[in-house]
Amino acid sequence: MIPVAHPATGAAAVPAIEIRALHKSFGSNEVLKGIDFHVDQGEVVCVIGPSGSGKSTLLRCVNRLEEPTSGTVMVEGVDITDSETDLDGVRTRIGMVFQQFNLFPHLTVLRNLTLAQQRAKKRGRAEATTIAQRNLEKVGLAEKADAFPAQLSGGQQQRVAIARALSMDPDMMLFDEPTSALDPELVGDVLEVMKQLAREGMTMMVVTHEMGFAREVGDRVVFMDGGVVVEQGRPEDVLGDPQHERTRLFLSKVL
Amino acid sequence: MKRSTRRRLIQGVLYAVFAAVVLFVILSADWGTIQPYFFNPDIAAAVFPEILTIAARNTVIYTAIAFVGGLLLGLLLALMKLSPVLPYRWLATGYIELFRGLPALLVIFGFAYAIPIAFQWRPPGGNAGAGLIALIIVSAAYIAETIRAGIEAVPKGQVEAARSLGMNSAWTMVTVVLPQAFRIITPPLTNELVILIKDTSLLFIAGMAIGDRELTTFARDALTNQANATPLVVAALLYLVITLPLTQLVAKLERHNKRGR
Repeated sequence: MIPVAHPATGAAAVPAIEIRALHKSFGSNEVLKGIDFHVDQGEVVCVIGPSGSGKSTLLRCVNRLEEPTSGTVMVEGVDITDSETDLDGVRTRIGMVFQQFNLFPHLTVLRNLTLAQQRAKKRGRAEATTIAQRNLEKVGLAEKADAFPAQLSGGQQQRVAIARALSMDPDMMLFDEPTSALDPELVGDVLEVMKQLAREGMTMMVVTHEMGFAREVGDRVVFMDGGVVVEQGRPEDVLGDPQHERTRLFLSKVL
Repeated sequence: MKRSTRRRLIQGVLYAVFAAVVLFVILSADWGTIQPYFFNPDIAAAVFPEILTIAARNTVIYTAIAFVGGLLLGLLLALMKLSPVLPYRWLATGYIELFRGLPALLVIFGFAYAIPIAFQWRPPGGNAGAGLIALIIVSAAYIAETIRAGIEAVPKGQVEAARSLGMNSAWTMVTVVLPQAFRIITPPLTNELVILIKDTSLLFIAGMAIGDRELTTFARDALTNQANATPLVVAALLYLVITLPLTQLVAKLERHNKRGR
């Protein structure tokens, strides 16, 4: 269904995410001031920038958790701002991981993973459970299937959240500062799971403050400030040899 | 004087004043006169077993019907009030403001007497049924506001997580928001239930058939027949017998639910 990129030219590929001239305002506060942005299939793009730069808003526009004020957001060639688009259907193909995990606290870990499979993908309970257990194993938490979220550490909760998103068999994953709410010693396990996903070829858009992760795993780094994309490129270029003063200023503070 | 000594002294004085007031009230009451009218063992024995098999039973049944009905109607109103459709919000707001603003007694009276005349329609269950419908309608107004507050107290991230997984808004409400909302509002809902138990006493205004009487109506009739207030005291004790275990049960349920938070 989706054309595969030509290995040499990449010309035939529909980008996983393609955003054009995106504006987003909250009241009179314009947070995104005309963003052009894309993520190719299989690409890992890390979005960095100071807080308030609009990077989380950009990510949340991709699955329309935020309603764009103007501009287009295409996911696998489908315009998601079109009112005719089956938004719920598109969302099942976009996994999302939140800063605050957002696990369902009243459900067991297993039920967290099977709920949307059954309600949104119409999978049977047995199939959903099998897929859930496979993904729990993948994030190293198979033994926590019957626990409640409150009984897990933050790092474990975030890995469950990743497993929950993966259980929908998404084509791409969005990460909204996935390690920012974690104690430092718990960050590593979550990043390890994300690295493994990247190695498996998952398309990923990651809003992060983890420069080490961006450098090691990212195919491309995008630096945002003040609602615009200031500069982007290979991690070693953007992080190692930034061209813009604002990028240099930001990196001097975080590195 | 040391701070702790002074605190203990003040506490001791407060206890002594409290005990003196209680003692004074008890001693100044004319127990010899009160006893035969309020605590007459023969008359207390005479209201049994009917006060249990008819009156207390009806109180429990009426409360259950009014609470379940109020919950369902209240849930509908709460969802309407949170709906993006403006006329639904108006309707729900108007309903809630109207029936929270009216005394339940008048609503029950209206349903029992005015509606059958106005619409040539008799609610099922006779006057008791009409009164119960009124009680459902009034309690729904209060419960709707409680449920709405509970829904709004569920963190926004919960809805975002469910929607980002592709669940539609209806499934998100049913499987993610409402279960958490009801946990949050267990204490105020218990309060509604206890208030409702006592509000069934207002049903007397509807004028009830002998077999339909609940605790208060039953006790008032006995009071008139026997010219003695003892049945009221028995009824009061039976209300406590119903409400106290209930509040205990819900407190236990609440502790159990904390586990999932």
